[in-house]
Amino acid sequence: MSRIGGAALAAVLLAAPVWIWSPYHLHILIMAGIFAVLALSLNLLLGYTGQLSLGHAAFFGIGAYTSALLTLRLGWPVWPAFAAAAALAGLAGYGIGRVSLKLRGAYFVLVTISFAGVTQLVSVNWMDLTNGPLGLPGVPAPSLAVPGLFRLSFVGKTAYYYLVLAVAAGAYFLCHRLVRSRIGRAFIALRENEALAESVGVEGTRYLVLAVVVSAALAGAAGSLYAHYTRFVSPEVFLFSYTVTMAIMVVAGGKGTLAGPVVGAVLFTALPEVLREATSWQWQMVLYGVLLILIVFFLPKGIVPTVAAWLRERRAPS
Amino acid sequence: MSLEVRDLAVQFGGVAALGGVSFAVAPGRITSLIGPNGAGKTTAFNVITGFLAADRGEVRYEGVPLTGLRPSRVARRGVVRTFQKTNVFPQVSVFENAMIGLHLRGRAGLWSVILRGRRVREEEAELAARAGEILGFVGLAHRRHETASALPYGEQRLLELAIALAARPRLLLLDEPASGMNPPEKTALMGLIQRVREQGVTIFLVEHDMRLVMGISDEVIVLDHGQVIAQGPPAEIQRHPEVIQAYLGGG
Repeated sequence: MSRIGGAALAAVLLAAPVWIWSPYHLHILIMAGIFAVLALSLNLLLGYTGQLSLGHAAFFGIGAYTSALLTLRLGWPVWPAFAAAAALAGLAGYGIGRVSLKLRGAYFVLVTISFAGVTQLVSVNWMDLTNGPLGLPGVPAPSLAVPGLFRLSFVGKTAYYYLVLAVAAGAYFLCHRLVRSRIGRAFIALRENEALAESVGVEGTRYLVLAVVVSAALAGAAGSLYAHYTRFVSPEVFLFSYTVTMAIMVVAGGKGTLAGPVVGAVLFTALPEVLREATSWQWQMVLYGVLLILIVFFLPKGIVPTVAAWLRERRAPS
Repeated sequence: MSLEVRDLAVQFGGVAALGGVSFAVAPGRITSLIGPNGAGKTTAFNVITGFLAADRGEVRYEGVPLTGLRPSRVARRGVVRTFQKTNVFPQVSVFENAMIGLHLRGRAGLWSVILRGRRVREEEAELAARAGEILGFVGLAHRRHETASALPYGEQRLLELAIALAARPRLLLLDEPASGMNPPEKTALMGLIQRVREQGVTIFLVEHDMRLVMGISDEVIVLDHGQVIAQGPPAEIQRHPEVIQAYLGGG
């Protein structure tokens, strides 16, 4: 993206709460931001290392519960709880990666699905810790304060929008730095041709585990953001549908690109809402499905790579 | 000796792909491993570079055993291979292919690439310069921005060589580097292999093209049915009765 385009986009995003006055629309933007972090996280695995995690909701849920429990039960401030959520999710990712990535491919997919199933069962059944299906209400909102000077609480949607925007931008830049480095090249090498990558010294398991750790930590951070936004955490954070939504965002947006998952996140957070307003509930899911099929059928590489290729061709007709 | 293989045996079901093979590769020279199809040449390569575990025997490089090491660890010791079937990183650019090959020459870890300080930026610039040099060396400088899979076959084989060279081998194993190349490409490849050797890299190659093998090898090892049947300079090998019989059959 050109410098001017990037600056314009930043300006639009920063000014969004000025022209979006409806709290409902702001809510959609906040959810899109949280999903953008999740999609970026899944994309690191699926798009760059080529490994599919179908249990990503587990890391999201671990992040949400960690943050909620630390603030509610131990009285931690939100910021360290946010960091701990990312760290604990990353640690879970390390464990999953170590046990399953010796096998790769379908086995990795199965282990991640099972892991998500187990975490959900724990959240439902470990009443003492998680309060079971009743969930944990009253999760505090984050605030920034310098004693005696000022105090900024992120209770309102506008303030939370900026918080989510900052975290999403941070996740984007982290992924950007990572994939355009020696480490990102190792990820891509393993996706493209693992035997050849090994033959030039890329340690497969080591880099795949690293990718899972970073990816899981990002998902955990998104979970924490979600918990402190909705102020309520229940076992629904582990739902398989979260993982499916992330995968749709990554694939439709364009896996293996940085902008793709973000575009996918905005589009597929807004789409169900648009459909809800436009049609009756019977047609919502049908239309959602039809649109998804059309995108996958006509833009198999995803929206961003297709548009990028089209722009390149227009600029340099050969 | 640079590479020593002692009593190497690999069994695939009831077939002995290698039946206790011993040979050595001298440093700084071009050694070829030849033999009819199914003689065990690629199996030997796979065991040496850690892609396949041997049932028996030992591989030593510069006196240190390589047996049991993962391929990435073998590469770290300076032993790098190419593959029989064309093997590149297909969906990324030629330049990125070379950059991936340079993996071991970089050091940057997770935190340093996220912070991207001066040292990381210098390292990246240094690696990019190296990648450019290597692509120039194999004659692919003009292709650097193209996607690897879009290259013609012969150039993909050169790219494979570039990737392997980027890993800075001291012993380079080439598995049928000339297969699928036309005669002028083969001649160019011979020159290229000799120039690699002149830089002090020991070369060990499996090849079916006898003009290439006899033209550039200092030493030839002949494998048949999982056994070494002859070893010596090309002229000697061409006259060797067992070799002639293995290739022409009869008996």
